[in-house]
Amino acid sequence: MDGFKKGQVEKLGREVRLMQGNQAIAEGAFYAGARFYAGYPITPSSEIAEECSKRMPQLGGVFMQMEDEIASMGAIIGASLAGAKAFTATSGPGFSLMQENMGVAVMGEVPCVIIDVQRSGPSTGLATKPAQSDIMQIRWGRHGDQSVIALCPATVSECITLTVQAFNFAEKYRVPVILAPDEVVGHLRENVIVPEPGDLEVIDRKRPADAPADYKPFAADADGVAPLAAYGSRYVFHVSSSMHGPEGYSNNNPANAAWRVTQLHRKIEMHRDEIVLTKTFDTKDADILLIAFGATTRASRAAALELRKRGIRAGVLQLVTLWPFADKEVALLGQRAKTVVVTEMNYSGQVAGEVRKVLGSGADLRRVNSFNGDIITPQDILKVIR
Amino acid sequence: MKYLKNGVLPHMWCPGCGVGVMLGALLRSFEELGYEREETVVVTGIGCTGKSDDYLVTNALHTTHGRALTYATGIKAFNPKLHVVVLMGDGDSVTIGGNHFLHAARRNMDLTAIIINNFNFGMTGGQFSGTTPGGMFTQTSVYGNPERGINICALAEVAGANYVARATPYHVWEMKTNIKEALNKKGFSVVEVYSPCPTNYGRHNDMKTAADMLHWLRDKGLPIEEFNRRKAPEKEGYFAIGKLVDRDDPDFNERYDQIRAIAQKS
Repeated sequence: MDGFKKGQVEKLGREVRLMQGNQAIAEGAFYAGARFYAGYPITPSSEIAEECSKRMPQLGGVFMQMEDEIASMGAIIGASLAGAKAFTATSGPGFSLMQENMGVAVMGEVPCVIIDVQRSGPSTGLATKPAQSDIMQIRWGRHGDQSVIALCPATVSECITLTVQAFNFAEKYRVPVILAPDEVVGHLRENVIVPEPGDLEVIDRKRPADAPADYKPFAADADGVAPLAAYGSRYVFHVSSSMHGPEGYSNNNPANAAWRVTQLHRKIEMHRDEIVLTKTFDTKDADILLIAFGATTRASRAAALELRKRGIRAGVLQLVTLWPFADKEVALLGQRAKTVVVTEMNYSGQVAGEVRKVLGSGADLRRVNSFNGDIITPQDILKVIR
Repeated sequence: MKYLKNGVLPHMWCPGCGVGVMLGALLRSFEELGYEREETVVVTGIGCTGKSDDYLVTNALHTTHGRALTYATGIKAFNPKLHVVVLMGDGDSVTIGGNHFLHAARRNMDLTAIIINNFNFGMTGGQFSGTTPGGMFTQTSVYGNPERGINICALAEVAGANYVARATPYHVWEMKTNIKEALNKKGFSVVEVYSPCPTNYGRHNDMKTAADMLHWLRDKGLPIEEFNRRKAPEKEGYFAIGKLVDRDDPDFNERYDQIRAIAQKS
């Protein structure tokens, strides 16, 4: 039950419920205060939309089924600027459609959450089968140079807690945040402890405090983030996808563009340590480091336990945050280990490439990949370790 | 004019362009209707018309090409108290944005869409758009447009808009009347503004001066009653102006309120 000791759950007096990953994502969103969902159905994410269609009106929020994913992304940005915590959910083909408008959320610094329940491609691919092959698209899918925050749950419990975390990062840093479970985790059913109000931290965006006439929606505070007003408040403000100055109006001055591009990256860079989340299992003395994320975390943990039984010191580094990349964490643990294994459901080794960048060409880096819709088993991982 | 930003004039639109005239009519409408800046959001897309937001001090959101209605939908659905106005060109609204236009009308979103139709993609240099009539010459139809143009008002009517009107910068007072009616109307309201584009469209099609294009609007625009009175051959080459559709179907927010009531009872 994700770190709780026997008897602890009962002591806490919390409800335990069998939940599906996608359902749990929706629960996490409601817990975080999300009251606007706009989306388009797509396997394997549609359960999220269905939950929202039932619960949003009950909560006094809005559920809209938009005509496509492009419209869904536009609608959640509009709703967010009108003051809502807003999100959408999709999978590969829909995620591709969302890229252009996602860039507006980056440029306009609009908090929102995008769920990508990763499925097997390329293109229409195997719609009902899992993959972890959108990792680079999540990082680089928008044209132009943009930094992004992305998280990946490996358990149904993390589907709740990381969705809340995604909203918190979105609100705190005024960014779109991608939560990208694979289809395995999205459709998995596990017991979860249902959090009560107060159990998990919920962060709301900074609101302006100055006089309305002085408000500049893109003039950052010392923490790199400007307060965000809402349409309909006493603050009148301007948001633009075009290059703009601190007050939001078009500005083609090169010095302004340099400042603005830098600021959009810096506000994530300067909080990197808070944003990059990892979990480690048995890594203190590990000779073999298994790096994984999402569903492959489960197989890696099982493989590590089996290796330990055989007297081999193995540990697991779970990437909870996909982007920014956990370079410091990988370096620290990877350099201590003799062998590093990166397990991911894609052909190109999208995460292995980032690990190689950190550890260098001399490291004993081995890859376990699947790209046929099948999940990776512990046995698959054990095969690469002699 | 309390909605106009200080120090931005002269604006960037070409001599003879209708966008400035439309914007003037819009801001006068805001004034006459007593709209506060805080409760007004202007959403624009990409193109000549899409540059309007740079001149305004209402709330504004300058979005991506063809998608303005989707952002506006999110704003209005979450905060129904806001006046949400969407400014688009013919490219933005019914070419790349055709799908969103259809569904905004189908949902009867309580938005006011003001569309400058100058029959081409002006900002990118005058290529043909979804409204360019067949046979007309543009940067990408140098032998004449092989396609037909779509009728924005007819599209809006069929898709379910509560209010549809057509205006021109020549018929500037009527345009302001239509804009005010559209702003006041609950549900999806469309004001299509046929506009000169002397720099691109006019130049390629024997209407080289702004005056030439305004004459065309004056001579070929018929009040809807007159247009309807004429039989088919006499309509050839003319277009109807004025209020074309006026109905009071429930808008999206009214319908969704009913859903919330059902959801909260169960």
